Amino acid sequence: MIPELGHFALILALLVAVAQGTLPLAGAAFDHPRLMALARPAARAQFLLVALAFICLAASFVGNDFSVQNVAANSNSELPLRYRIAATWGSHEGSLLLWTLMLAGWTLAVSIFSRNLPQALLARVVSVMGLVSVGFLLFLLFTSNPFERLLPPAAEGRDLNPLLQDPGMVVHPPLLYMGYVGFSVAFSFAIAALLGGRLDATWARWSRPWTTVAWAFLTIGIALGSGWAYYTLGWGGWWFWDPVENASFMPWLVGTALIHSLAVTEKRGAFRSWTVLLAILAFSLSLLGTFLVRSGVLTSVHAFATDPARGVFILAFLALVIGGSLALFAWRAGAVGLGGGFDVVSREAALLANNILLVVAMASVLLGTLYPLFLDAMNLGKISVGPPYFDAVFYPLLAPAIFLMGVGPLARWTRAPLPELAQRLKWALAVAVVTALLLPFVLGRWTPLIALGLFLALWIVATTVANLRQRILSSHRRGLLAKLAANSPSYYGMLLAHLGVAVFIVGVALVKGYESEQDVRLEIGQSIAAGGYEFKFLGVTPGPGPNYRALIGTVEVRKDGRLIETLKPEKRIYNASGQTMTIAAIATEIFGDRYVSLGEPLTSDDVRGAWGLRIYIKPFVDWIWMGAFIMALGGFLAVSDRRYRLAVKRRSSLAVDAPPTPAAAE
Amino acid sequence: MKTFRWSIPLAIFVVLVAFLWIGLGRDPREVPSPLIGKPAPAFRLVKLHAPNETLSASDLKGKVWLLNVWASWCVSCREEHPLLVQLAKANIVPVYGLNYKDDPQAGRDWLVKNGDPYTASIVDRDGRVGIDYGVYGVPETFLIDKSGTIRYKQIGPITPQALQEKILPLVRELQQ
Repeated sequence: MIPELGHFALILALLVAVAQGTLPLAGAAFDHPRLMALARPAARAQFLLVALAFICLAASFVGNDFSVQNVAANSNSELPLRYRIAATWGSHEGSLLLWTLMLAGWTLAVSIFSRNLPQALLARVVSVMGLVSVGFLLFLLFTSNPFERLLPPAAEGRDLNPLLQDPGMVVHPPLLYMGYVGFSVAFSFAIAALLGGRLDATWARWSRPWTTVAWAFLTIGIALGSGWAYYTLGWGGWWFWDPVENASFMPWLVGTALIHSLAVTEKRGAFRSWTVLLAILAFSLSLLGTFLVRSGVLTSVHAFATDPARGVFILAFLALVIGGSLALFAWRAGAVGLGGGFDVVSREAALLANNILLVVAMASVLLGTLYPLFLDAMNLGKISVGPPYFDAVFYPLLAPAIFLMGVGPLARWTRAPLPELAQRLKWALAVAVVTALLLPFVLGRWTPLIALGLFLALWIVATTVANLRQRILSSHRRGLLAKLAANSPSYYGMLLAHLGVAVFIVGVALVKGYESEQDVRLEIGQSIAAGGYEFKFLGVTPGPGPNYRALIGTVEVRKDGRLIETLKPEKRIYNASGQTMTIAAIATEIFGDRYVSLGEPLTSDDVRGAWGLRIYIKPFVDWIWMGAFIMALGGFLAVSDRRYRLAVKRRSSLAVDAPPTPAAAE
Repeated sequence: MKTFRWSIPLAIFVVLVAFLWIGLGRDPREVPSPLIGKPAPAFRLVKLHAPNETLSASDLKGKVWLLNVWASWCVSCREEHPLLVQLAKANIVPVYGLNYKDDPQAGRDWLVKNGDPYTASIVDRDGRVGIDYGVYGVPETFLIDKSGTIRYKQIGPITPQALQEKILPLVRELQQ
């Protein structure tokens, strides 16, 4: 009964989505207030129906209803409750339902928080989101019904993929999808603007907080996924340039460009058509990511569900949504115009250069991801593109982008006289260069890459300090606190996000430069030294789990003969699927991790024989994720700025093109 | 000319869709083996269950046979194993096992536990023969004809579908 209720709710949601996608749009086109007014109630109804369907699916998982195919294929009665809930979005069908729920949630949020938007704009935005929802609901109902019954019912479920039975994986997909789908808001605003032919600073101000929030969620989502790969795949790597990772990284790169381009459009009215294109691109890449993951066009360790028939549907949908938007862009972008001009040395120029670098970086990732597909399609053979390509292409693109990150916030809008800019930057540059050259000697070993990484990180920190110092010096208020309080939260959000990038770079550079990895054979009682520590393998003992059997290794870690910790890496064999999982044991400290994972037993006796062990020292590795969280925090801080809410009220009453605000210069 | 500039993103996208469309029809897991149509690389290895006896590729000339690369540490082998046991019972084609980079005792124990479908298994402890056969994942299965030529290669576990639609028809054809 519950699954049928959910199925029925989805069908109703589709009908509502069709109405939501057409009527308010028609209302906006023919200036019909009643039709436009349908946008809000439709968004609400849509959300309630999709949420009901989602709850029904979750209930089927929680209640172990193995007469539902999806549950039988992805759950098991021995599976702990939290993973039964997570299994709701662990399958292909469930994850699409989650996407649709997120989309409905974002639409609802737009309809609630944009009360002061002009009616026609809100109608168009909500309608465009409704149309996207129509596509996803059709896809769910016709190719991937999550409520499909299984007759006769299975006695027991096949269990959730063990890789997904992890606390990180419980929260990773929802956060990632919050980001992915969140870009649909910026996208809908862009399409609405193209349709309405009005694209100005006000429009940018409305789009900005939505884009920033989506970007912050995406940042956290990607970081969680990377952390998960680090501790569950047992290889100690944190990024593999896997097609699925790339699929989430591409929207992030474009989203980052979009945030900055929106800032310019809001402040200076410039970059208009470019901003619109980025908004279309960011969401298009989210859709493309979904397509790549769900269609089986590319294989990767992540492709949990692949089916070409579904691929055809998604591709058609993709062609319609992205192709349609780009056609609309080709038709209307000329009318939108480019906006104000600026000098070669100015904040606009720095941001534009940065934008281009980010988009080129995205294109290089896209090329690397799809290159095997291109060659295969042209019958030129099968190849795979690995990390060497991405490393070679990516770092040279990002290094200048990060350098510009330090310049941009200190450069003046429109025209930044070079001597003055150099004056502002020279101390930051000197501090960053000298420290980056000397610090690696203190840390242990000097290589050009470590020095470069440290330079970029220190450069960001130093320019951030210079920026803040200048703000304080030029403030007319009395007292340091008052001077600091005069700046807006979005200014501090920007600084914080940039510092997050610096922390991230420190992590990447130092873990690459100083990590040590040993794959060794250890007999029971044997020791090995790594990174100043002594690791002693005490053997493996069997231990039971709720739905798996585990072999738990014991490794004692000593420094200078003193026992500092006992690490317990695990190898699990899941009962239902027979799949094995490696759970690394990680001792985390602020300056790095000690990482031990079990390889394979090297003799036939699992318990008494020798084992292969991976013993890794990972300096500063946690800074990678810490940096990502700081970036996201910066994003949330920026959005808390009151000006977004006040400004919307004030400006919507004035139907004129908003002049750039000279006071706020972030 | 102006409109043309705004159409560039659309044009790029159209090309992308065309490639994705072609890509959909292909199986990215299907890696063509350069060994197909070539003579099976020679080997002489000891038998798993009779360490004093050896088996070589040339001993099997005149027979159509399957070479299944397996190991006790290989998880996916468990997946295909029941199918191999069934196939052995049906007595259609002899299956030889290449026990790849495995401890012989662990291999024997594993066969006791899961059933032994192999006419004989041979021990490739250091994986040298595996290299000659281009093995990069276990399990892999080769179909070799009477003249000792490799005719088909299955990467990963044999699926019932692959067995019914590809391997068995080819075996029948080659046995003629």
